[in-house]
Amino acid sequence: MALLDIRDLDLRIARGRELLPVVQGVSLAVEENETLGIVGESGCGKSLTALAIMGLLEGSVVRIAGGSVHFRGRDLLALSPDERRRVMGDQMAMIFQEPMTSLNPVYRVGDQIREAILQHRRMSRKQARDRALDLLELVRIPDPLRRIDSFPHQMSGGQRQRVMIAMALACDPKLLIADEPTTALDVTVQKEVLELMRSLQARNGMSIVLISHDLGVVSEICDKVAVMYRGKIVEQASTSTLFSNMSHPYTLGLLGSIPSTDHDVEWLDAIPGRVPTLDEAVPGCAFHPRCFAANESCRSADPSASAVSPAHIVRCHFPQGSSS
Amino acid sequence: MLNYALNRVLTLVPTLLAASFLVFMFIHLIPGDPASILLGDTATPEEVAELSRELGLDEPLWTQYVLWLGNVLQGDLGTSVFFREPVLSVIADGAETSVLLATMTMFWIVVFGVPIGIISAIRHGSWVDQATSGGAMLFASVPTFWLGLYLILIFSVGLGWFPSSGFPSLADEGGASNLRYLVLPSLTLAAPNAALIIRLIRASMLDVSREDHVRTARAKGLHPVRVAIRHVFRNALIAVSAAFGFTFAALVSEAVVTETVFSLPGIGRLVVQSILRRDYPVIQGVILIIVVFYMAINLLVDLAYASLDPRVSLK
Ligand SMILES: Nc1ncnc2c1ncn2[C@@H]1O[C@H](COP(=O)(O)OP(=O)(O)O)[C@@H](O)[C@H]1O
Ligand SMILES: [Mg+2]
Repeated sequence: MALLDIRDLDLRIARGRELLPVVQGVSLAVEENETLGIVGESGCGKSLTALAIMGLLEGSVVRIAGGSVHFRGRDLLALSPDERRRVMGDQMAMIFQEPMTSLNPVYRVGDQIREAILQHRRMSRKQARDRALDLLELVRIPDPLRRIDSFPHQMSGGQRQRVMIAMALACDPKLLIADEPTTALDVTVQKEVLELMRSLQARNGMSIVLISHDLGVVSEICDKVAVMYRGKIVEQASTSTLFSNMSHPYTLGLLGSIPSTDHDVEWLDAIPGRVPTLDEAVPGCAFHPRCFAANESCRSADPSASAVSPAHIVRCHFPQGSSS
Repeated sequence: MLNYALNRVLTLVPTLLAASFLVFMFIHLIPGDPASILLGDTATPEEVAELSRELGLDEPLWTQYVLWLGNVLQGDLGTSVFFREPVLSVIADGAETSVLLATMTMFWIVVFGVPIGIISAIRHGSWVDQATSGGAMLFASVPTFWLGLYLILIFSVGLGWFPSSGFPSLADEGGASNLRYLVLPSLTLAAPNAALIIRLIRASMLDVSREDHVRTARAKGLHPVRVAIRHVFRNALIAVSAAFGFTFAALVSEAVVTETVFSLPGIGRLVVQSILRRDYPVIQGVILIIVVFYMAINLLVDLAYASLDPRVSLK
């Protein structure tokens, strides 16, 4: 049984009286100790999917319209808010794209980590502080004894993201959801943070859902990859299968837009146009206006997901590289 | 912190000097000769001239200012033309009422404003929120004298729970129970200000609740009430603390109306009467004290701000 098993997740955004579909029929599974990457351009529904898994959509304009999210055998969507909160921050934790603003500016970072510990563990405040100190050391913050009493504004973006990771690991979660954890960081810091996450995973034995718009980042540390486009998973496979046999034109386009490391950050603009907004209706395959392989059937019918090989699922009328 | 406070106090000195100059000049530009008003219609020009000399009004304005400032620096605000008493003691007489009134008013504002503001933010959009927002809107727009008269009508004339006017000193017979004289006036003063604080707390909390760090707090699995108080309200307080200071300062001017409606022997009423009597030493003294008070509030707000927000560095 998979640690996390998502079936047919449907999310809608309430706008006026309408409910606009924003994530449709997303199915994903993450095994223990496995790393799943979710890639796609900005606006494809990656963050909303992550927030739905974590249980952070409550009170927002986004509704969960269908599907199930099983975590360690329990359907999280069927839990009461109290039961849900017992999972959040304990067995499942999340870090965010915005390290600069994700910590509370008025509390010392040590106190913020301690709060995460004491929410789920019974121990004295002194013990929790010691644990926070260990965590800061674990995420390789230099001089943790001093840093534990720093305020967030006294730290760099990279250090704040390390604090966020320390906080997420406070209760040794089974699953860490990382929503573009390195996007806002310098390239060198990006590498360090990714490396840190990988080593912590090996040490703690946890699963990771890593969200990124950068196929390069994902290829480095993920066991398998789901590619999202406009609320749907268009291709899903193990990392090695995906890179040896890329089938969806969108995935190929993303590969083309991996920033080449040789010449600083240079985007090869491989996909023309942009992701259609929520209220732009696109008949047929949502990607067809931007697709080099599109023809009449792509304009009229939305392709369903099919397996090009076992455990390699593609949502395309004309998967590339396979038979034709 | 202490250094910062001392520094701030020092920078207040030039401001205070400028303010005292403006106060002095302004008062002396009010039309009407104090000496002739004091003596009444029947006075002869000789008598008026005599009194003017006695009060020092025949000196050039700037000499008068320098003399006055010199005395002020020694703690002497002059002598009331009307009471023939030191201005300081005239003001002190009214201070008890005004200070107690302001304190009780702030008490109501905090006791009603803070919890209602927090609740309407937590339950925003619900009927609770709509009811409090509607009520707050109403109280914020009702004129003070109108509300005061209605409270008198209901709780004093109708129900007989509280006295409608006057305030015997706490030192008089009745002691602390004399505070009941201040209940209706302080509620009158508190209502519009509490309404503003409610709306401000609600708005700031809704702003803060959209910030990223609140999402982090929720992701820890914290109870929504803990998130609302420890994370959202604590950050909203930074903006609200400034409003508290200015509310307190604004009470000074609003108190004039309230003290008149409830016939309270406070500083507000003293100012109005002194203006009518052209008792310029008293007017000058009160305004100067109010200016100092405003500056003190300003300083306190800055210090509160700095202690609430670690990002503000105390240079
Ligand atoms: N709170 C919100 N209100 C309205 N629209 C939203 C909200 N959050 C996300 N969206 C919309 O939902 C879509 C998916 O958003 P998101 O999941 O954040 O994308 P990604 O993380 O892949 O960049 C986007 O079109 C975005 O504009
Ligand atoms: Mg996102």
